[in-house]
Amino acid sequence: MAERYTSFEPGGRRWLWQRLTAAFLVVVLAFHFFLLHFLNHADEVTFALSQARMEQLTYFSLMILFLVTATFHGVNGVYNALVNQGLSGTRKTAVKAILGLASVLLIVQGVRTALAWAGGVPI
Amino acid sequence: MSQSYNRGLIEDFSRWREFSAGMWAWIFHKFTGWVLVGYLFTHIAVLSTALSGAAAYTNTIQALESLLVVRILEVGLLAVAVFHILNGLRLLFVDLGVGLEAQDRSFYASLILTGVIVVASVPTFLSGVSI
Repeated sequence: MAERYTSFEPGGRRWLWQRLTAAFLVVVLAFHFFLLHFLNHADEVTFALSQARMEQLTYFSLMILFLVTATFHGVNGVYNALVNQGLSGTRKTAVKAILGLASVLLIVQGVRTALAWAGGVPI
Repeated sequence: MSQSYNRGLIEDFSRWREFSAGMWAWIFHKFTGWVLVGYLFTHIAVLSTALSGAAAYTNTIQALESLLVVRILEVGLLAVAVFHILNGLRLLFVDLGVGLEAQDRSFYASLILTGVIVVASVPTFLSGVSI
């Protein structure tokens, strides 16, 4: 019997989350580009304009969700690509830990930045 | 029982002329994915200048946006993002069992639509920059 070439893990949930975040990101990434490059122009960006958007709870929470889903989708995509190339054993565990740490740092830094704009959670 | 051989990455890619549409779609999706995740980290790093105060943020963004090379890179980013979105939609549909028989045509459609959107966006992305 021919060897089965796949990194797909039966019963795994990362595959499903990669698809669910993809469906969300398709819409939000397109919105992000459209809002910040077409409705507003990149060279007109100021702290005050970013602040005005971030002070709205709807926009603030959407951007936090965008940050978390984009980080998961991107980092999980990198991990899947490396596993697909044959990453295994101790190196796989090490890569998983490093990517996990990088994700946490990115999300923390992104949330800190959002809070700096909004002046705290805009409730 | 069939024997499997690991030909190695370089030899695999040396046969690029024999690649089918689906293989190109896979390569482009990986490539654009790597670029986008790299950009995500860079993007948050640049936006973090907001932590140093309003003036630091505004000056950093406006200085970057005044550079032609940054605008050109942004057009490249748009191309990468649009292709990843369109090909991602194609993958979602294929995963749901829709359009598998037309997966090569939907890849070509993704490429063409990416090209059209990017070309149409160039004037917007380059507006107000001095050469």
